[in-house]
Parts: sequence; C-alpha cells; structure tokens
Amino acid sequence: MAKDPTVICIGLGVDDPKGVFGTTLGLQQKFGPDRVFDMPTSENGMTGVAIGAALNGLRPVLTHQRLDFALLSMDQLINNAAKWHFMFGGRRAVPLTVRMIIGRGWGQGPTHSQNLQAWFAHVPGLKVVMPATTEDAKGLLLESIFDDDPVIFLEHRWLHNLRGEVPEGDRRVPIGKARLMREGSDITLVAMSYMTIEAVHAVDYLAAKGISCELVDLRTVRPIDWPTLESSVRKTGRLLALDTGFTTGSIAGEIVARVAMSCWDAFKIAPRRLAMPDVPEATSPALTRHYHVRAEDIARAVGEMLNRKLDVSSLIDQRNHPHDVPGDWFKGPF
Amino acid sequence: MTPEVARRLLFQMKRIRFVEEEIARRYPEGKMRCPTHLSIGQEAVAAAAGLALRKDDLAVSGHRAHAHYLAKGGNLPAMIAEIYGKATGCASGKGGSMHLIDESAGFKGSTAIVGGTVPVGVGLAYAIKLKHGEQVSCVFMGDAVAEAGVFFESINFAALKKLPVLFVCENNLYSVYSPLRVRQPEGRRIYNMVEAVGVPSAHGDGNDGPAVYQIVSTALSEIRAGAGPRFVEFDTYRWREHCGPLYDNDLGYRTEAEFLEWKAKDPIPRLERRLIGDGSASQADMDRMRVDIEGEVARAFEFAESSPFPDAREAYTSVYSGGGEQPSPLGS
Repeated sequence: MAKDPTVICIGLGVDDPKGVFGTTLGLQQKFGPDRVFDMPTSENGMTGVAIGAALNGLRPVLTHQRLDFALLSMDQLINNAAKWHFMFGGRRAVPLTVRMIIGRGWGQGPTHSQNLQAWFAHVPGLKVVMPATTEDAKGLLLESIFDDDPVIFLEHRWLHNLRGEVPEGDRRVPIGKARLMREGSDITLVAMSYMTIEAVHAVDYLAAKGISCELVDLRTVRPIDWPTLESSVRKTGRLLALDTGFTTGSIAGEIVARVAMSCWDAFKIAPRRLAMPDVPEATSPALTRHYHVRAEDIARAVGEMLNRKLDVSSLIDQRNHPHDVPGDWFKGPF
Repeated sequence: MTPEVARRLLFQMKRIRFVEEEIARRYPEGKMRCPTHLSIGQEAVAAAAGLALRKDDLAVSGHRAHAHYLAKGGNLPAMIAEIYGKATGCASGKGGSMHLIDESAGFKGSTAIVGGTVPVGVGLAYAIKLKHGEQVSCVFMGDAVAEAGVFFESINFAALKKLPVLFVCENNLYSVYSPLRVRQPEGRRIYNMVEAVGVPSAHGDGNDGPAVYQIVSTALSEIRAGAGPRFVEFDTYRWREHCGPLYDNDLGYRTEAEFLEWKAKDPIPRLERRLIGDGSASQADMDRMRVDIEGEVARAFEFAESSPFPDAREAYTSVYSGGGEQPSPLGS
C-alpha cells in the first residue's frame, strides 16, 4: 500500500480491534479510511464493488474472515471477475485479490472450516494461491496484489502464527511455481498450505527411518507447476498427493490424474492421494479426532507404498497438544 | 430542452429503433448466432439518458444493452460485428450481444446475469470518488434487478459512501414471461423502495423522451454537486419477445390489448409530433435523419458481414491478461 496508492483494503473487520487475525492491524491508521475500510455484510455486492473499482484503476484486496462467507460472492467471482478479461476480448483486466481464510479444528465445524480450493481452481480466469511458509505468504501476497488478474489467496488459519524468515522489502514469489521443500529419491509427496507442514513432519520422520521423500509444496493450485511435479515423479516413480480439501474432485485427484497420464511409464506403483473424507467437518472434538490427515497418516501411507511396516507412535507422541489446535498457544475462540 | 438537443434525442431514438429493427429483420438468416434481446419500444430512456450523460461518464448495463451502448456513444459497426461473432466485434467475438464494451465511449461493459453489473457500476463510482473525479457512473437496469439481493447490497453501499452513481431503471413490466405482479407486491413502487434505502429517487414516463432527459439531467447535476447517488425509474414496454426478433403476443403471457395500448404510446412519433408542432424540426429534418440512419446502419451491417471470423485459436486466448496459463490440450 505504501508502494502503490491504488491498492485498497476492504473487508468485514479489517479495521476492527482484531484486524482479521492481526493481519490488517494498523493499516487504516497508516493509509486512511478511504483506502482501508470495514464494509456492509454484503459479500456478493462488495465483491462486485471491488471488481468495478479494479476496472477503474484500483487494486483492491478484499478480505473474508472465512472462505465459507465468500461463497455468497460466487456470482461476482465466477461470472464477472474470472470472465471479464476473456469475454470482452482482452480489453480490460481485473486486478483483484480476494483473501479467504480456510481452517480446521477448534470446533469450526461444517461452515467455518471449508477448504474449497478446488472450486476456484476449476474456473478459468482465476488464479488460486495457497502459501505454506512465511516467506511465501509475503512474496505471494505481493505478487497477487500486483498481478493484473483476479487471484484467490487462501490462508490457512493454522499458519497465521507460524514463525519463520521473511525477507525485507518488495520480494515477490512468482505465481505458478512450486517449491521443492525436501529433495528425495524414493517417493514424491505433493502438498499445499497447512498440509505441507504436516508433510514436513512426516518426511523428517521418514528420513530417520531411511526413506527419502521428495516434498513439493504447490504454493499455487491454479496454475499448477506441472513440470516440477512431472520431473519429480520421473525421478522417484512414486506419487502421494495430499490435500486439505475433500477427497472427491480435489486438487490431489487432479494431480494424480494428470501425472498418471503424462508419466505413466515412470510409475513403479499406483499413485495415491490423501485428502479429507467426503463428509463435512463436525464440531465436537470427539468427532474430529481422526478426521484430518496428519503427519502419521502420511507416514503410514508412504510406508505402505514402499512395503515398509512403520511404527508411527513417535510422530504422534512428539505432538504435545490436543488434536484440534495447531499448538498449545491456540486458545480460540475462533 | 433546446431544439438542437431535442433533435439529437429524436435522432438517437430513431437510430436505435432502426438498428434493432434491422437486427430483427436479418436475425432469421441465422448469421447472428447468439441470444439477442431487443429494446424496441423502450428507446426513449436509453437515448435521453445517453444524451444527458457526458462522454467521459461511465456506464454499465445488463443483457438488453444495445440501446444503452449506442446511446452512450458505443461504436455501431463493432456492436453489429460482435453480434455476428466477428473478429472486429467490440469484444472480438468472445461476448456477443449480451457482452458489449466500448471503453472509448465510457461504456465499461454489459453482462448477462441479472443485476451482475450493478455493484460493478458502484465500484467504478468508488474509484471515481477516490480519485476525486467529476465523472458519474451510470447503471442501466431493468425492473427484475430490484428483486436481486446484490441490488440492495449495492444501493446500500452507494448511499453509505455517497458515491457518484446514477441508477436508471427501465420498468418494462416483464422479466422474460413473468409479469411484475408475480414478482413484486402490488402497489409498491421500486423508486419508493429505493428511496427508503437512502437513495433519493424519481419516477417518470419512460416513453416521453424530453421528460426522461429532464429527470436524468436533474439527477446528474445533483450527483455532480456531491449529493451522492440517485435512482430514477421509468415506465416503458418492450414490444417484442424477451429474447429474439419476433412478436410473441400469441403466447398468452400478456394480452394483445395491452401491447396495442403501449404501442399507441410509441415514444418516437410522439416526439416527432411535438417537434414538428413547436417548430423545432421539419419534415425535411425527419427525412434527412432517416437517410442518415439508413446509410449508417447499412454500412455497419456491411462491415459486420464482410469482417473475418476470429481465428479458431483465439478461443484459447485472453483467459489471463498476461497470456498466463496455457489451456489444457484436449485429452490431457
């Protein structure tokens, strides 16, 4: 916002005392109420307003406290933002960034936790970004804001308190390029967003067991960095695709399909995917205990694919906090 | 209204009428291969609003947008070429009749989802306000838009931020085949409802071009003075079917008598009689207008017919502004 006066920040609560989990705190004081403002509870209308502002020279960043609320704006996102440049023959682009927060646990339940990245990734004209690391959160958000096309920027609630290196200044990360988180030779794991963190735990555990995993963090799920995925699978001959979303119609399913078609001869065994079960997330902690894919599930699946029987109890034991929070520091309420 | 403005108003109404009658006449040839919504009978609202707006004002519209596009100054040959699906079309053949654009005339786009451009027009106005511009954003809409949730969201925000936006509602009594009485409670007027939301509103006879011009001009001067948004509603009537070139009174969703009643209120001869009556125009003026319009429209259709179709590869371009992602080849 300091770099470009056309960048504006709109969203329910962007100037409230909580500042969207702390991400927008102080922005209004710094850039004024014309550029940073709370809005009516009108997700669809305000998305259209942001599109109109984008068509007329601004770069709006629209923020939703949950992806689930943004579902009210699907008409404007799909019929207008995603189509505008195409349906008017390339005459005007829509430089819009829509931040949506996805999550899990702490009783977020059926309508406060959905990871519907596959919906957006299905739509030509949208770009869909899902960072996992602190560096990528900054670099990809900058890239999204200064991209001339509409970008859906999905932030996992469990990543907001992640600590890590963040480069100073205007350091951007290109959209559409995956990150090789770990190099390995036995199997390729593909993940995004918080699932990358679970996968890192699994990969480090597996390394200690002598299993060499290559971990690819997608970073963006539209477009997907196919060359990186394909060259990794050609090297390892095995693929396990991970996803924070529901199994059917998932990004993981798309990855399995596409890489199986393009690298069939390289596969030593059938590819697999691990995603959320095809049922909504329940609220009670008793009902979510085994619901999400965790590091031990990933490690177990890798073991099966390599015909190795593994005792994953150490992975479970190293987690010294309840299953429904990212760490002891998380006390709710949302 | 000066005689000069009145003559321009009449000319624009006749021009829009003639363009759309020519589309209707040629449509059965099967060369215009897209859903096409004509506004024959409703031209006065578009023509008068277009005349009252400045060239640098902005406008958006919905599926029935030919008249708004033309009245705002949109390029006629490019519109006809777009309906023919040609490379020279205003949207390069990607949009068709329902997706018109001519940014050089301030026409920022029309789209096909009812109410879809209402918040977009409000967003254009937000950017104008932030840049301290003196333009107005004009949102053309029909009566059914006032049933869409996004409309209320949009007028609420426009009122909240006192945005320079004008909503022009053409109430033609029908949404496809559904009359107003099955969609909105009897006795409640759209402009009264909008007024209650906080947008000062006015209402007028949509088949009286000079009256529309007066109401729109007043609203525009209030908006330019910084008074915030305005809403104007005009009663009018579409003569032909919802979508397509034909008359459809035989279907039974409206009566022949109702149609004839509205046809008698045809805004074009009404203004002609007035201008001849008060000496603002002569029969020779009318004849000259007809010749000019016929020539312009014939040239526009000739342009469209003789223009090339886009290359088949164009189907895969412009998904992203930077070229971006390559579309998946078939079978991948």
